[in-house]
Amino acid sequence: MLRRRSQLLAWGGCLGLLVLAWILPASGLLNPYVQQVLMYVGINIILTLSLNLVNGYMGEFSVGHAGFMAIGAYIASILTVAVCPRFWGPWLFPFVLIGGGLGAALAGLVVAFPSFRTRGDYLAIVTLAFNMIVKSLLENIELIGGPRGYLGMARLTNVPWVVFWVLITLIALRNFVYSNAGRGVLAIREDELAANLIGVNTRRLKIYAFLISAFFAGIAGGLYAHLLQFINPRSFSILKSTDMLVMVYLGGIGSLAGSILGATIFTVLLELLRPLGVWRWVVGPLMLVLLMIFQPTGIMGLREAKILQPREEFGGVTRNPGTMP
Amino acid sequence: MLALSIQYLLNALQLGSVYALIALGYTMVYGILTLINFAHGDIFMVGSYLALWGALFLLGSQVKLPLALVFIGALLFSMTLTALLGVLIERLAYRPLRQAPRVSAVITALGVGLFLENFTLATIGPQPQHVPPLTPGYSFTFLGVTCSDVQLLIIVLSLMLMVLLDWLVGYTMTGMALRAISYNRTIVPLMGVPVNRMISLTFAIGSAIAGAGGLLYGLAYPVLDPYMGVRIGWWAFIAAVVGGIGNIRGAMLGGYILGAVEIFTPVFLPASTYRDFVAFSLLLILLIFRPTGLLGRPTFERV
Repeated sequence: MLRRRSQLLAWGGCLGLLVLAWILPASGLLNPYVQQVLMYVGINIILTLSLNLVNGYMGEFSVGHAGFMAIGAYIASILTVAVCPRFWGPWLFPFVLIGGGLGAALAGLVVAFPSFRTRGDYLAIVTLAFNMIVKSLLENIELIGGPRGYLGMARLTNVPWVVFWVLITLIALRNFVYSNAGRGVLAIREDELAANLIGVNTRRLKIYAFLISAFFAGIAGGLYAHLLQFINPRSFSILKSTDMLVMVYLGGIGSLAGSILGATIFTVLLELLRPLGVWRWVVGPLMLVLLMIFQPTGIMGLREAKILQPREEFGGVTRNPGTMP
Repeated sequence: MLALSIQYLLNALQLGSVYALIALGYTMVYGILTLINFAHGDIFMVGSYLALWGALFLLGSQVKLPLALVFIGALLFSMTLTALLGVLIERLAYRPLRQAPRVSAVITALGVGLFLENFTLATIGPQPQHVPPLTPGYSFTFLGVTCSDVQLLIIVLSLMLMVLLDWLVGYTMTGMALRAISYNRTIVPLMGVPVNRMISLTFAIGSAIAGAGGLLYGLAYPVLDPYMGVRIGWWAFIAAVVGGIGNIRGAMLGGYILGAVEIFTPVFLPASTYRDFVAFSLLLILLIFRPTGLLGRPTFERV
């Protein structure tokens, strides 16, 4: 009974949020600037959630997530500009995004396979190299603008779409994390060897985790491209990846609610600090360093908001078991 | 054709020397703390700015100093201050995290690097700064191969520093202590090795060498900007990994390999913009087939 009521509450909440996202901008209560910031917050939430799956739940250290985002952004942009008829753009937008996400997921395999043999620092280097290779390739393909970038996308991203994709990401990751496969992913974080010994198929789970994570990073890339209407390889450099890391570790690893919190706080804070000019870019890294020294697990630090946990978890265990990697 | 090849080789040697100097800092810190010090490229950047200011100060003095003295003065100034910076970063940012999960320390390193870049950008501004020539500007031509005095200076001085470091780590008591710490950090303090002092020393040496690299780089490519440390730093880092991170001779070898990659890429591929692609692909392929680098020993996990 309780289970059904909480489920009803969750789905009702999602629907309510969507309706709200539809009504609020249309009513003219939010000025375009606030809408824009809201959309950035949403995109960053998707990115943070997706990175948290690999870095927080699986305990690997990916520093190249901007590479997946870039692939999603470029594929989605090429699809809307060169493939789809312009008139159909708004209707085909979700499919275009999914196309970008699938492309990114495919690229996720490039990182997933080396992760069978290498872990820790070396896997971090692999993801880093992946990020650099993607950026370098994009810079060298003249057909998509090379270093000058790619433009011509219509501004298809709006608040309802962003909210829709945030909810999809949240629901998908929430259900993945608490599924059998998700438990296996947690087991990989705690001890890969032990997980293997008790029959967890670590290879398959690593592929799943990287596929899902890259897919949503690609979706976020597509949304980002259709919000800015202009992308160039430089926007997907290692700096972007570092921003994502800050958001994940600010909010707290292994926590979906933490990711939402981290992405929101980071994005809004950077907007508020705009008057500081260049110095605002000094604050972010400083914040990261201080955070790591004084609160290394982030705001939520392996805890989870109750609403995101399955009902069975309420009895006794209210936090993810285990320690940090 | 032969002359041209030798010319390229000379250029590769010059660039490779700088990469090798910076790669040494990455590899030393990794060897002793198993920490990827992502801030190291930016320490190099700060080092080249310090060298520039040191040189400008000495050039602007009332007494007309000989160029050699200006060079040595700038070198010592840059090396001393970068050594201090390295020790300071270790003391403030990395030491509190020594017992923390390794990932926290790596993220902190990324943060420190970004902080150095953006702080330099905010205080000095984005406009590139020009390094005055500190050599008389001789060049020697032999069988069609031209070698400038800057090239010779870079290659010889780097080699000297590397031999010195190799001797220090391999043949002195201090070096033995360093190697002992990297071998086992729990037991070694019980033998009376001052671990904290040795770690500080590692950071001091690594950063000082990066400071020297900063000056030499500034002589060869005399335009400095706050983000120069990012690209050079990543390349040096690849060099350290290619050679086998934690291995000092590996870092030197890796530096020269990366120098060759950068110089020879435009020769074989249509544009120099492919060099990042080539370097990182090389890294990826190497990591798949030989995860511990060319000279690194394979590791195994103890259960």
